[in-house]
Amino acid sequence: MNKNFWRSGDPFVWLTGGALAFSLIMIISLIVIVAANALGFFWPDRLVLAKLKDGSELLGQIRGHEEIPRGAAEQGEALHRTQFQVANRDLYGSDFRWVNDAEIVSQQQPGDALYFERWEWGPLFGTLKQITQDGQVVAEGPQQSWQKFEELHSQTQETLERIHKIEREEIGDINYNLEKLRLAIKGIQKKEQAQGRTTGEVAELEKEIAEWQRRYEEKSKELQVLATENARYRMIVQAAGGREKEMPIADVVRAFFPNQMSWGQRFSLYCTRLWEFLWDEPRESNTEGGIFPAIFGTVMMVLLMSIMVVPFGVIAALYLREYAKQGTLVRAVRIAVNNLAGVPSIVFGVFGLGFFVYLMGGSIDRLFYAEALPTPTYGTGGILWASLTLALLTVPVVIVATEESLAAIPREWREGSLALGATKWETIRKVVLPGALPGILTGMILAMARGAGEVAPLMITGVVKLAPTLPLDSYWPFIHMERKFMHLGFHIFDVGFQSPNVEAAKPMVFMTTLLLIAIIVTLNLTAITVRNRLRSRMRFGTF
Amino acid sequence: MEKEHQLPTHAASVSLPRPSGNGATTVGDEQDIEIQIRDACLFYGKKQALYNINMDIGRHEVTAFIGPSGCGKSTLLRCLNRLNDLVDGVKVTGSIKIDGRETIDPTLDVTELRKRVGMVFQKPNPFPKTIYENVAYGPRILGVSNKARLDEIVERSLRGSALWEEAKDRLHDNALGLSGGQHQRLCIARTIAVEPQIVLMDEPCSALDPIATTKIEELIHELKQNYTIVIVTHNMQQAARVSDYTAFMYLGRLIEFGKTDKLFTTPEKQETEDYITGRFG
Repeated sequence: MNKNFWRSGDPFVWLTGGALAFSLIMIISLIVIVAANALGFFWPDRLVLAKLKDGSELLGQIRGHEEIPRGAAEQGEALHRTQFQVANRDLYGSDFRWVNDAEIVSQQQPGDALYFERWEWGPLFGTLKQITQDGQVVAEGPQQSWQKFEELHSQTQETLERIHKIEREEIGDINYNLEKLRLAIKGIQKKEQAQGRTTGEVAELEKEIAEWQRRYEEKSKELQVLATENARYRMIVQAAGGREKEMPIADVVRAFFPNQMSWGQRFSLYCTRLWEFLWDEPRESNTEGGIFPAIFGTVMMVLLMSIMVVPFGVIAALYLREYAKQGTLVRAVRIAVNNLAGVPSIVFGVFGLGFFVYLMGGSIDRLFYAEALPTPTYGTGGILWASLTLALLTVPVVIVATEESLAAIPREWREGSLALGATKWETIRKVVLPGALPGILTGMILAMARGAGEVAPLMITGVVKLAPTLPLDSYWPFIHMERKFMHLGFHIFDVGFQSPNVEAAKPMVFMTTLLLIAIIVTLNLTAITVRNRLRSRMRFGTF
Repeated sequence: MEKEHQLPTHAASVSLPRPSGNGATTVGDEQDIEIQIRDACLFYGKKQALYNINMDIGRHEVTAFIGPSGCGKSTLLRCLNRLNDLVDGVKVTGSIKIDGRETIDPTLDVTELRKRVGMVFQKPNPFPKTIYENVAYGPRILGVSNKARLDEIVERSLRGSALWEEAKDRLHDNALGLSGGQHQRLCIARTIAVEPQIVLMDEPCSALDPIATTKIEELIHELKQNYTIVIVTHNMQQAARVSDYTAFMYLGRLIEFGKTDKLFTTPEKQETEDYITGRFG
């Protein structure tokens, strides 16, 4: 290496460029790996029937292929094995099976192999053998049975939908009203005890309760009728390896012949499944179905957090930069704020649990929801406390970004405004804040990105594995800040590490990850677009 | 420091600088004093920046402050609208009266003062708003919200600053899209929109090209009809062209103050002569 080589500056171009390229490659490969694992999840693969040396058969989708790890002593040709997703969890006990390639005698793709997507127990692979109605065989053999199945299946699914509707909406409504009445009675009884006299109010409310209870019984009778109707239709599926499964037709979400489908059919099924994934509720302890409640919870929590953190952070930054006398104390506060951003998030979670949930929530309960005690209303984790905790976690980011953008406002603007007779507050409101808006939005973007990806503090302040209701519904006051909610980040943790069937849930984890990334990117892009529009109006860049 | 403080000779000699009725008198020479500065001293913390300034500025005249950098011209100018208040630790002593009212008084409502004493800055500083909103900014602060009234003020102010013809078709475009010279005229329009008595100009042409400078200078001539103008400039030709009176400052002291033509032709002080002939500064 001669001196010129170093003086030319080339090595530094390579060094810096290489570092950047390395980071980019890492990020891109992360996204590619996640996307590749996730997006294949809904594609209807072919079903393979493999005959093994020992005479047994298995039907499944090929999920993996690898070299069999062996000790160093054994040399020679590498042996491979194949992973089959054989499904039929209730028959075989596990969804997956590794088979050594050497044992496979033949592989074929039978046209009549059916893929049943079920409400429970995961998918079922096999061929249709028989359809029964009220215990009588109405169809025999694959072809006849399939015709009958198609006819009966849509009918049972309609009934099922009706059942869900009654359970969710009508009975939910009755329960909601019953609960409200019970609390009202409790409240009145308390008051009566304090006053030492009784009024007729309780009796009246009890009459109402009886009325609701009557309706409830009506509805449960209706449910029973529907359930009996669906139980009439059953089917027998012949699984590979000689096992049979007898089950109600209503338990099937959908069935299709993966080996007979055209490319277009596959694609349309893919889209349907993707759509369901985005908009449906989870089933089978989150390993199947959709993740809509988690998407909803994540977005709502991030928005609530932004609504709380931005005004708070901006006002704090305004004081620090515009009003406070710049000195040692302000400098110390500034350093403290910067350090706050580095505190581990779980610490904020513990603080949120202690301060928001127990102290504030507990006080609110004692003051306003005393009749519901000892059942906590606000005194337990909820979306409000989770958002507040995250707001606290991200407020340093907003303060720092706002302060920087305030500092970047040219002194001439302030002087120009003051020289026209504006007060300091008028100057801040009309000149400084509008000018600092792009920077403030940058702070908000950073806060949102940080907040949306945070899981640890949420786990103890309001996120649950499965929330029965969304924090937003049609009952007054529509936004239920005390409710627990689901979150994509926690969903990933739960499905990936806490679920009973990790292997089957793996693609779900990737899919959820991809979705979380997509949501954060969407939220950020929206904020960035807004900021750029504002900035082009300002025509001066803060950062 | 102490020794400098003992040098009030210059200050004393300029306490009554006006030639009283000897031949070439101009308008405003008959003592209609608007700004009266007496023994004004200014301190940045412990450091003194202005020493015993005495000066009378007449109504509807143009007064120029000249002097080398750091001599306190801008500081003195900013005393007149109390913009020095923005700097921490500034203290002013003495007396600065505008129309007989003391402005140094700390209890004075500075926003009220600044509405009467407008200012145009060295670097054009239009707000990142539309041209219309820039000019309407001051009136809105004053509480004018009537659309027709605002329109009228905006038009009158833009005409007053000779920008109307160029800007009338793009009133609602961003003001930052104008050129540098237009920026400065917009700032003048913004200043006169609140109808001040006095317009302070802090080197208004130093960031402009010669053509834009000429326009501003012409504008100063016109504004003189209605406003008292105090202008700080580095450019002695400009001071000679636009001003009726000129004050020469050096190291925080007012060295000489008098009619512009006299000061530039027959200065009384040696420092003044050295400066205007370019021997220093």
